[in-house]
Amino acid sequence: MTTKIYEPEPFDPASLKRNPSSPRTLFGLVMTGIATLFTILAIIPLLIILSYLLTKGISSLSPMVFTQLPPPPLVEGGGFGNAILGTVLMVGIGAAMSVPIGIMAAIYLSEFSRGKLAEWIRFATNVLSGVPSIIIGVFAYSAIVLTTKSYSAWAGGFALAILMLPIIIRTTDEALKLVPQEVRQASVGIGANDYQTVLQVVLPAAIPAIITGITLAIARAAGETAPLLFTALFTQYWPNWNNLLVEPTASLAVLVYNFAIVPFKNQQELAWGAAFILVLLVLITSIISRIATARRTY
Amino acid sequence: MNDNRNSKIPPRSPLERTLDTSFYWAARIFALAIAGILIWITIQVAIQAMPAISEFGLKFLFNSSWNPVTSQYGVLPAVYGTVVSSFIALLIAVPIGLGVAIFLSEDYLNPKIQRIIVFFVELLAAVPSVVYGLWGIFVLIPFLKEITPLKGPGMLPAALILSVMILPTIAVISRDAIINVPIDLRQAAVGLGATRWEAILKIIVPAASSGIIGGIMLALGRALGETMAVTMLIGNANTINPSVFAPSNTISSLLANQFAEASGLQVAALMYAALILFAITLIVNILAQLLVTRLQKI
Repeated sequence: MTTKIYEPEPFDPASLKRNPSSPRTLFGLVMTGIATLFTILAIIPLLIILSYLLTKGISSLSPMVFTQLPPPPLVEGGGFGNAILGTVLMVGIGAAMSVPIGIMAAIYLSEFSRGKLAEWIRFATNVLSGVPSIIIGVFAYSAIVLTTKSYSAWAGGFALAILMLPIIIRTTDEALKLVPQEVRQASVGIGANDYQTVLQVVLPAAIPAIITGITLAIARAAGETAPLLFTALFTQYWPNWNNLLVEPTASLAVLVYNFAIVPFKNQQELAWGAAFILVLLVLITSIISRIATARRTY
Repeated sequence: MNDNRNSKIPPRSPLERTLDTSFYWAARIFALAIAGILIWITIQVAIQAMPAISEFGLKFLFNSSWNPVTSQYGVLPAVYGTVVSSFIALLIAVPIGLGVAIFLSEDYLNPKIQRIIVFFVELLAAVPSVVYGLWGIFVLIPFLKEITPLKGPGMLPAALILSVMILPTIAVISRDAIINVPIDLRQAAVGLGATRWEAILKIIVPAASSGIIGGIMLALGRALGETMAVTMLIGNANTINPSVFAPSNTISSLLANQFAEASGLQVAALMYAALILFAITLIVNILAQLLVTRLQKI
């Protein structure tokens, strides 16, 4: 009777070596290559668009652009001073409406509510941020333009306020959550009320991040076009200071749209100039927000 | 009897207590207002759409003529264009976005360079839609005309620009989902002898799938509602043409084009179309939010 003893094969250290020609290695290499390629592919459009904006945008900018009115077709010169003014006006209205509401709502979410209700409101905020901007425009048209019977800066600002709200709530909510609990406990410990704690201790601590969020919302709103198409409409003229808020108002974004789809060279060049300013605004605020929110602790 | 007999702290004055409760209630009311706005938008648009809803009913969805002269309105071509343009955009953006997400969540790059690339990708989402439209008119369409049978604006340039616009949503949310997968899973996979890509494709991506699908659905919601770039590039022809080189239409471009000049039943018909778009994007967005928030709880 012979027992068969299992003889292990002699261990060959080379078998642990990476085999450059094994199918598994090759598969990994190919996938890495594809992922790299896709990442490069994703950034190319941004680089192309930025380079076009730089070359075409800057060449059409001059000091006149900020002080003059849009030119008629085929007339050289002119600018979009009224559109800059209109954008500032409407984004200002939007901010004035959305900032207090947004900050108060965020205070409720992070300071006062611990339950299901906060989850629901956060959910509603996210859903609101997904509502197409053209729907907000249709809504502002029927809520404001139809009742006041006039296209106006009010209606445009109202639509922008709704678009800014979710951004402001989310950034403020995040900023307040980053303030450590000890700060609140210390404040309550020395006898402060809830509103004193929130307004004098917690909110000031989160102010830099909140302001960053507001600036981001402003940059987004300045570039929004669809909700202004039939709430503020557009005008070739300077605003009339006597009824500033209740008449059609020009904006940079709608100017880009209007002048992009006409066949006149001079107006097209102004569209590039206005687009350059809008993207510059987005770029600057994004970089500032990156720097400001890099500090993740209180 | 008085518990505070030995304490120096006086009881809160009624004024302070009123301030405290009113601050709490103000915050609560503004928070509830967010949900209120969503409901207000729905009701307002539905009321305005009523005349068209009672006139056309569900036939509106299947009728393909849009004729203000004979007051015949059907939204089928616009629904077709909306769905097809978004579908093509997803077809391009999903693989690229996933590739970017995987590439930027692995340790291929130095973290600093990685952060810069993430910033670039996010910037793609912040460029105003109207700027994409402008670039599409003057750069993309002339370029496509050279290499394809495209004759002018059409489905292809609109869908291409849409894919660029929704790519960051897919990439950034998928990356978050992938990064949030517990590291034990990867360690277990690698411990069993999986290569990097075997671990990614068989373990990590499936584990992150609810977040990834949520991101894709959010992107779909964006694509369905995107207005300006599509309006400027799609050609706004209210016909159903299976060719991607032919001009087409979407619900949002229909609204952007016709709203300012519409009157009577046409406004109601446009409101009806807006209501349909609102309903579609709302459903897509709510599903997306549910998937994405489920991911954050892992």
